[in-house]
Amino acid sequence: MSEAIALLPRPARHSLAGWWIAPPLLVLAALFLYPLILIARAALVDDAGLLNLPAAVEALASRAFLNALLNTAEIALASTIGCMTLGLALALVFAFAPFPGARFVAQVIDTFIALPTFLVTLAFTFLYGSAGALNGALTQGLGLDHPPVDFLYTAWGVILAEVTVYTPFVLRPLMAAFSLVDRHQLEVASLLGARPLRIVRHIILPAALPAIVAGGSLCLLLTVNEFGIVLFIGAKGVITLPLLVYDKAIQEADYQAACAIAIVNVALSLTLFGLYRFAARRLGA
Amino acid sequence: MTLSAAFTSAEVSAVANAAAGSDVAFDNVSVAYRGAVVLKRLSLEIGAGEIVAMIGPSGSGKTTALRAVAGFVRPTTGRIRIGGTDVTDLAPYERGLAMVVQNYALFPHMRVSENVAFGLNARGAPRELIAQRVEESLRVVGMPQYARRFPRELSGGQQQRVAIARALAVRPRVLLLDEPLSALDAQIRRSMVEEIAKLHADLPELTILYVTHDQSEALTLADRIAILRDGELSAIGRTGELYRHPPNRFSAEFLGRANLLPAVVEGEAQQSGFVVVRAGEARLVAAGRDHPPGARRLLCVRPQNVTLGGDAEHTNRIVAALREIHWQGELTHLVLDVDGAPVRVVATRLPHPPSRGDRVELFFSPADASLIEDDAVV
Repeated sequence: MSEAIALLPRPARHSLAGWWIAPPLLVLAALFLYPLILIARAALVDDAGLLNLPAAVEALASRAFLNALLNTAEIALASTIGCMTLGLALALVFAFAPFPGARFVAQVIDTFIALPTFLVTLAFTFLYGSAGALNGALTQGLGLDHPPVDFLYTAWGVILAEVTVYTPFVLRPLMAAFSLVDRHQLEVASLLGARPLRIVRHIILPAALPAIVAGGSLCLLLTVNEFGIVLFIGAKGVITLPLLVYDKAIQEADYQAACAIAIVNVALSLTLFGLYRFAARRLGA
Repeated sequence: MTLSAAFTSAEVSAVANAAAGSDVAFDNVSVAYRGAVVLKRLSLEIGAGEIVAMIGPSGSGKTTALRAVAGFVRPTTGRIRIGGTDVTDLAPYERGLAMVVQNYALFPHMRVSENVAFGLNARGAPRELIAQRVEESLRVVGMPQYARRFPRELSGGQQQRVAIARALAVRPRVLLLDEPLSALDAQIRRSMVEEIAKLHADLPELTILYVTHDQSEALTLADRIAILRDGELSAIGRTGELYRHPPNRFSAEFLGRANLLPAVVEGEAQQSGFVVVRAGEARLVAAGRDHPPGARRLLCVRPQNVTLGGDAEHTNRIVAALREIHWQGELTHLVLDVDGAPVRVVATRLPHPPSRGDRVELFFSPADASLIEDDAVV
């Protein structure tokens, strides 16, 4: 009897329940998809509104674009490695070897998330710039004619600023992950003969792997798209993709090239985001 | 496959030969957290191959004592010696110990075999030895077929077996067990207690410090029991002796159920080590020494040692009124009133159970009764 009932076809249901998704999709399309379509279209047509693929290809094959792509990748990777190293070290100290006032220091670092990126860059100019505090002290103290510290106006200056700004984005998920590590596991491991470094490598880091991937990916995404720091520092020859888009659009009024480069920048970001989501899913983050 | 089933294997003897335990000595050890003293001048020696259970209520200092041995807390005063060596200043990884904790603390990203091999890897053991020890240890706990599993794929009882195997694999000088069975349900816990007892019978050289709040685990496993209260050692003794003749009220009540009757000492009994006391109308004989005549004490007798029929052995007799009777299958629990004091009796066989309100004669042996100090906190 029950089988017979189970085999009966379900009555057709005419429900509007599924349509709830339409309004947010429309908003999303209007705010994000439509501008993106406009940019993609502008990348393919010239000022006269005619399809001009060679111009787009020329922009993407140019020396300036390839240099910017390389700079972007190098700076983003170096900054992410710096953020990961510093964030990991700080998070380990704050979580497992806290000193008096560690919580306060962690909160101060955390507030960097709220600060605009140019502020850190401005502070760096005052500290490490040609007329900054460090160079002032060194030229006066050592009787030098020229300021000896000049890394700020190179790619290293950009990397240092990005590390300063984005380390909290790594620190925060790592602190959260470390707070969930079972202290008994660490104690048992220690009693079994594991020294602190082995415990970090074999117990703590595997437990925090999803947070490491999440923090690192976020950092990479943000540094790939970083614009303010690079512009503000104005390092010689350090042109990244976002800066090149700005140059093409605002300085040269070459909107087709700017849009073509912007599309590559967006594709790069979405690819990184896709990789992050894939890794996060695999690791259970 | 259970632990006990695996004990017959030749690997067990290999583990036993290599796992020579060390003695542990607490020498006047105190521990304080932020000025609050949680362990007060503990002096205690644990012999090599001995199981000592530390029991006591929450906050009694038992876990702190274990953590001091492990090196996780540093004593504010006193020294800790293991195998004659002062380890007070050594890091945990230098002490040669192993620990099993309540939540198993298995490393979730490692397979069972990797968990068991962890300590050996950390100690730089050669690969062949690691493989051999992992196999032996898993065989001892009856888990060789689970070597490739992850902890999340095991039940609580199985995870605890792996935790024990991981601890045994490094041949610890002392095995620290911190409430190891508390997370298991009652049935598995009973079975695991028996299996740990069997494990120690087959590894008699292994020194074990067992911290628990469960007195039945302590009674089943321990050679000696140390009862802690408010950071101080309240009592210590051989398990059976401490159970039968607790030195004070706290120990009597913490280590199983106890009937405690107010009594006044009359004098020494004819038999050495016994005293004559008066409890209400009854004149009774109980084990005890150095109690001056006229002193007020408590007479302690366990519920299962009280019978409803006298004989040549059960010569102490008191009259009580039956308040409650509960039949619980194998056992019958009776609650009686002796001059206003409640007395519990547990009978295994009661062919003619009395009714509520009946006057009942209760008997117990002088050897089963102890005269103890009343140290109740007012």
